[in-house]
Amino acid sequence: MTTTRRGLLATGAAAAMLPVPLSRARAQANTIRIGVMNDQSGPYRDIAGPNGVIMAQIAAQEFGNRGFTVEVIGADHQNRPDVGVNLARQWYDQGVDMILDVPTSSVGLAVNNVAREKNKAYINVGAATSDLTGPQCSPNTAHWVYDTYMLAKSTGGAMVRAGGDSWFFITADYAFGHALERDTGNFVRAAGGRVMGQVRYPFPATSDFSSFILQAQASRAKVIGLANAGADTINSIKQIAEFGLTRRGGVKIAALLMFIADVHGLGLETGQGLVMTESFYWDLNDRSRAFSRRVQPRLNNRHMPNMVTAGNYSATLHYLKAVADMGVPASKASGIEVLNRMKAMPIEDEAFGRGTLRQDGRVLIPSYLFEVKSPGESSGPWDYMKLLQTTPAEEAFRPLAEGNCPLVRS
Amino acid sequence: MASQNTAAVPTLPEERTAAQGAFGFTKPQFLTFLLLLAFLVGAPFAGLYPVFLMKLLCFGLFACAFNLLIGYVGLLSFGHAAYFGMGGYIAGHMAKVVGLSPELAILAGGAVAAGLGAVFGWIAIRRQGIYFAMITLALAQMVYFFCVQAPFTGGEDGIQAIPRGKLFGLIDLSPDLSMYWVVAAVFLIGFLLIHRIVHSPFGQVMKAIRENEPRATSLGYRTDDYKLVAFILSSALAGVAGATKSLVFGIATLTDVHWAMSGEVVLMTLVGGLGTVFGPVVGAAVIVTMQNYLAEMGAWVTVIQGGIFVACVLAFRRGILGEIAARLRVKL
Repeated sequence: MTTTRRGLLATGAAAAMLPVPLSRARAQANTIRIGVMNDQSGPYRDIAGPNGVIMAQIAAQEFGNRGFTVEVIGADHQNRPDVGVNLARQWYDQGVDMILDVPTSSVGLAVNNVAREKNKAYINVGAATSDLTGPQCSPNTAHWVYDTYMLAKSTGGAMVRAGGDSWFFITADYAFGHALERDTGNFVRAAGGRVMGQVRYPFPATSDFSSFILQAQASRAKVIGLANAGADTINSIKQIAEFGLTRRGGVKIAALLMFIADVHGLGLETGQGLVMTESFYWDLNDRSRAFSRRVQPRLNNRHMPNMVTAGNYSATLHYLKAVADMGVPASKASGIEVLNRMKAMPIEDEAFGRGTLRQDGRVLIPSYLFEVKSPGESSGPWDYMKLLQTTPAEEAFRPLAEGNCPLVRS
Repeated sequence: MASQNTAAVPTLPEERTAAQGAFGFTKPQFLTFLLLLAFLVGAPFAGLYPVFLMKLLCFGLFACAFNLLIGYVGLLSFGHAAYFGMGGYIAGHMAKVVGLSPELAILAGGAVAAGLGAVFGWIAIRRQGIYFAMITLALAQMVYFFCVQAPFTGGEDGIQAIPRGKLFGLIDLSPDLSMYWVVAAVFLIGFLLIHRIVHSPFGQVMKAIRENEPRATSLGYRTDDYKLVAFILSSALAGVAGATKSLVFGIATLTDVHWAMSGEVVLMTLVGGLGTVFGPVVGAAVIVTMQNYLAEMGAWVTVIQGGIFVACVLAFRRGILGEIAARLRVKL
């Protein structure tokens, strides 16, 4: 078939006629609108993505109609802070009351500034940076399930207690990698372990990790810490598995920023023996199992909820409780007031159990150190984790006084 | 001086008449310009979202600056994001840390981008075609890695919470509509400047170089000097566009120095119409509108963008405005 201009134009016109599901209805007085902004096309799609939107919708449905309706919309920020800022401004200006999720630290911090400027509510679930409740903390913002401090403390400190007392870091050579390496190293030393050395690889654009892995092997450290994220983490784990370090050498790999969805993608053959920290695992207790089995059929690709998507559920529920408590007009008027109400109420849901929202916006829940099971130990899909250590909620996160958050008066 | 010999420059017949209408516009161009002006003035009152319009204008200016090189000198720079992004970083740093007023921050962004363009252009114009493109890309990647590592850019997080400040120390720009008028003014000045450059004697030499560089050389023009000046002008304007954008959004990030941004500006210019005065603006409008209004469709944005690009290359090789102009037998 030859391509004609006329044909292309006709197809284009026909496509433009299709009803596009643009949910840009006008803000109604009695509707609370929640905008879930995350990565729907890039590397964090499986961690947050469409399932994050669905989980917020499930929470809104289960909350039911208590005198107001709830509308949940989603959009892709493409991991670009400028796209995120633009979208956040537009959403807040056009009647979205709360923005949720926002993985990728740079986007998460950027939206933080917009929420503050517009005095709206903002709950970050997916971003890692502990600056959100540190120097850049805001009265309009809550940070839900994890941050870099909590990951470093659990994976660094708890790992040493579990026997991994000598470390070598493979670090992405940029601010995020350095911070992760530094924080984790401090916890390793504080717990009585030793850091044997580190190697920094150029970021981005490194896909061959073999020379760095050889250096790590030569250090004879018991634990190799991967201070990187996303595709780099996956690549380095695959290559370490190729070298057979974990199976033959008895070395443990500590991925400092990794999610169960990544393990699902890697497979247990490659991922076995990995050590990582999360604050949610579907198979943790009876409540989390019941919750996860209930929502699983509704999620894309029948994924189990992970830390971030479950966090979206928990955050939406808690936010709606606060809105119901103070009334729709008051909560539309001031994001700070909603956040204050949320801080005054205890968090309680099936996914995370009990938690509290601290003055600086930090949610306090326990963190868990997991080891990935071997294929033999696993009974089937999503049966991936063995619990190694639990850090209680009071100890899991950075103490209030150390965060340099301007909201906290000493 | 070579530039005094303008009469010797080979020009196409239609371009000789081009210098007639107002401000060097031909009649159809002038009408289009009036349409553009009407749009600029009317759009924020027609319910269009000002921040979106500002984004559109920033990218429009960026695409016009890029078009100055590829459309009129025939140089495909594949590293224009470096000047765009660096302009943004410098303006952000100046406004946030040094505390300059917005107009000075924008000028500083443009000046640094011009300096960068002078150095990079000086290196790159020694080669032609694909080699030129590769050198500009390589240099732009160096800028990218510099921005990843340099402390003042904030690495992955970028420079955030850049204040819009007060214009001339007097007019508060934090309301979107005040900022919009400033951006519209910057865009118009940049746009008219480009138009003036293209239709000046200097612009005639640029076009002569595009058509036949050895012949321009044989007529006594030092073509390298002309190319370098065009390169510097283009990068300075790209820097101004980036600087304005960072003030609008209050953020300057790695996205703007990434090579994908260099690709995006090529896409905008191609979709709109290479070597047309208004084409890049239309192209930027199409791409930015797509990214903006289709964001809610998630992963489909990139697919649709790719589809449009393929459609343009297959069937509308002159770009949207280029095709319209060819159909109406006018220059736009």
